[in-house]
Amino acid sequence: METITNVHRDDEASKLGMWLFIFTEILLFGGLFIVYSIYRFNNAVAFHLAGEELNDTIGIINTVILLTSSMTVAMSLTAMQKGNIRLCLGMIAVTVLLGLVFLTNKYFEWGIKFEHGLYPGSAFLKELGHGDIMFFGLYFMMTGLHALHIIVGLTILVVVAVFIRKGRIRPDKYAFLENGGLYWHLVDLIWIFLFPLFYLIH
Amino acid sequence: MGPQTYNSFFTVHGIIMIFVIVIPGLPAVFGNFFLPIMIGARDVIFPKLNLLSWYLYVLGILTVLTSLFTFGGAPDTGWTFYAPYSFKTTTNMFPAVLGAFILGFSSILTGLNFITTIHRMRAPGMKFSNMPLFVWSIYGTGWIQLFATPIVGITLMMVIAERFLHIGFFDPALGGDPVLYQHLFWIYSHPAVYIMILPAMGVISEIIPTFARKGIFGYNAIVASTMAIAVVGYFVWAHHMFTSGMSTTAQFTFSLLTFLVAIPSAIKVFNWVATLYKGSIRIEVPLIWALGFMFLFMIGGFTGLFLGSVATDVHVHNTSFVVAHFHYIIFGGMGSAFMAAAHYWLPKMYGRMYNKFWATVGWATFFIGFNVLYFPMFILGYQGMPRRYYDYLGQFHNLNVVSTIGSWILATGLIITIVNLIRGARNGPKAGMNPWEGRTLEWTVPSPPPPENFDVIPDLTSTSTAH
Amino acid sequence: MSEGKAHITNYSTLAMVLGSLLVLTWATVSITSINLGPWSVTAALLIALLKATLVLLYFMHLKFDSKLLKISFTAVIVVFFLVILLTFFDYLFR
Ligand SMILES: [Cu+2]
Repeated sequence: METITNVHRDDEASKLGMWLFIFTEILLFGGLFIVYSIYRFNNAVAFHLAGEELNDTIGIINTVILLTSSMTVAMSLTAMQKGNIRLCLGMIAVTVLLGLVFLTNKYFEWGIKFEHGLYPGSAFLKELGHGDIMFFGLYFMMTGLHALHIIVGLTILVVVAVFIRKGRIRPDKYAFLENGGLYWHLVDLIWIFLFPLFYLIH
Repeated sequence: MGPQTYNSFFTVHGIIMIFVIVIPGLPAVFGNFFLPIMIGARDVIFPKLNLLSWYLYVLGILTVLTSLFTFGGAPDTGWTFYAPYSFKTTTNMFPAVLGAFILGFSSILTGLNFITTIHRMRAPGMKFSNMPLFVWSIYGTGWIQLFATPIVGITLMMVIAERFLHIGFFDPALGGDPVLYQHLFWIYSHPAVYIMILPAMGVISEIIPTFARKGIFGYNAIVASTMAIAVVGYFVWAHHMFTSGMSTTAQFTFSLLTFLVAIPSAIKVFNWVATLYKGSIRIEVPLIWALGFMFLFMIGGFTGLFLGSVATDVHVHNTSFVVAHFHYIIFGGMGSAFMAAAHYWLPKMYGRMYNKFWATVGWATFFIGFNVLYFPMFILGYQGMPRRYYDYLGQFHNLNVVSTIGSWILATGLIITIVNLIRGARNGPKAGMNPWEGRTLEWTVPSPPPPENFDVIPDLTSTSTAH
Repeated sequence: MSEGKAHITNYSTLAMVLGSLLVLTWATVSITSINLGPWSVTAALLIALLKATLVLLYFMHLKFDSKLLKISFTAVIVVFFLVILLTFFDYLFR
């Protein structure tokens, strides 16, 4: 019979908890994907044309950035598991940097849209018609929510880095790093779908 | 009471009762306390997360309450926040919607915590195949909370975005579709009624075998029906929208699916009755509440079939028939189950027994009052009295008076019951470790249980049954 | 409780996965630039699904995780698609 005298650590449980949380995040975006699919179905032509307004190049660059950052954060976990703390911290630093570049690109991209009068509730957009209103409404809502998740993800990664330096995350105790990494991958996962739906399909 | 006040009343009543009381009720009170004990654990797996969930809950309530007292006035959309009115009304929608969002987040964290606890903290020998049925019901509920709540979360966020940015998602003038809002809202809010009723069914599945003094009939069938409800219940949402201008194909499909979800509920009722059959029944207060549950739940369930079939729904849609059906299920069903659980577990939680005579009087008064209050609403609804109108035609007068008298009787019953429970918890006689001769793990620890539940984690590998 | 030793993904595996993801990105960009009509949506989404699977299996480690995670993740995706399908039962036949 097993007698447990003090609270013991259960990494498998915290991973399960993290995944369950990721499920809810996927379904949160899922709601928006439902809305997107319905309105695309209702306004096929307008969505087709509005998609051409978006700058493919920025979209492609941001995709490459996020995919790469997803790999570096996965590598930081491998480095930690192998006991290479310096490489681990380096990889997290690269990830955070890539995340910041992504946000900067997003900032300029949104800025250009605003200059062109393409923002929710603008008079110009209202003249364009229902399909465009829906397309850009969804564009701002979905990429905005995604950017919010990037900011949260970056904050988590910074905390992870601090914990590594303080020795609270170690090669024998790295559940927090693993879960933070999972969150960052989630951000990547959602972008994989946002990218073709807004930038490419036209 | 003017029309605007009336609108605010039914809205705030709905928001508070559903999001604050009924959805978290059973899991928060009895789930937190008994889930760990029943699986032989010292606590839930993430105690800090549990605390966070509690803080969010309090924050959510406070946010909802600010909508009442700040300028703009209490919300008046009904608890469903239907678009486009919900972003056009000048009343205080933002705090109400934000509060519901925060409460949803709290609900998600609770579900996440319970599922992980059940997977990782079961005592040796406590398998999924012999886990108490209340724990199974919490498990099924947890999955619904995880799968359904995010959808309403994003929907509420869209309503907030709509109010401030006028994007037009659900605004027909800008190309949005209000019916899509209804889809998204009910994708959560139908499963939400199973978040409310599944734990109730779990409580009943514990109480009936204890007082029939035999094992539950059809353990596997009850487990399967719990999970079936969780799964099928997710795909029936649009039965709330038969008159909203949906396609007939969708009406047909959702009506069919709705009838399917009635089957697992019926299986449960059948199994409870079969458990009582030829049992050596001991009539105690928890059992009386449980029997009341079965009676009221069945009336609620059968009238649900009227609403689930398109033809009859068109007739009784948005009448007080719906109000009666819903309250039979939630108030009569979940409310009775809550009281059954309180009378069943209070001796364990406080180590003291309440007065059984007054408990019975309280139940009888509640039961009579409940039926006098809500049964006339079926008739009124069938005759065509619409709900959510602050006034009614003269022909509906008599039954409305009956209903009002019923509400007084019901309130008296509730007051007797609650006062009796509080007095029992404070200074009733000592109840002892196992007053009902229950066979689940919570009856093997002292009453009230020590802070960490068990000195030594129980080992069930040698015993054959825990349920 | 013994879960066995944690699986460590090699750096080279991760780099190869990134390589495949970049190739798939290039593929989806070039496919959608030729006009295939409605098929370009299908193609883009299929490639996106493929990319997501790679991220899930290797970056997110799902390939080496417990059965519970695999099953429940699949359940999330299945439920989501059924919800979209049922919603379209309304919009397709209005
Ligand atoms: Cu329903």
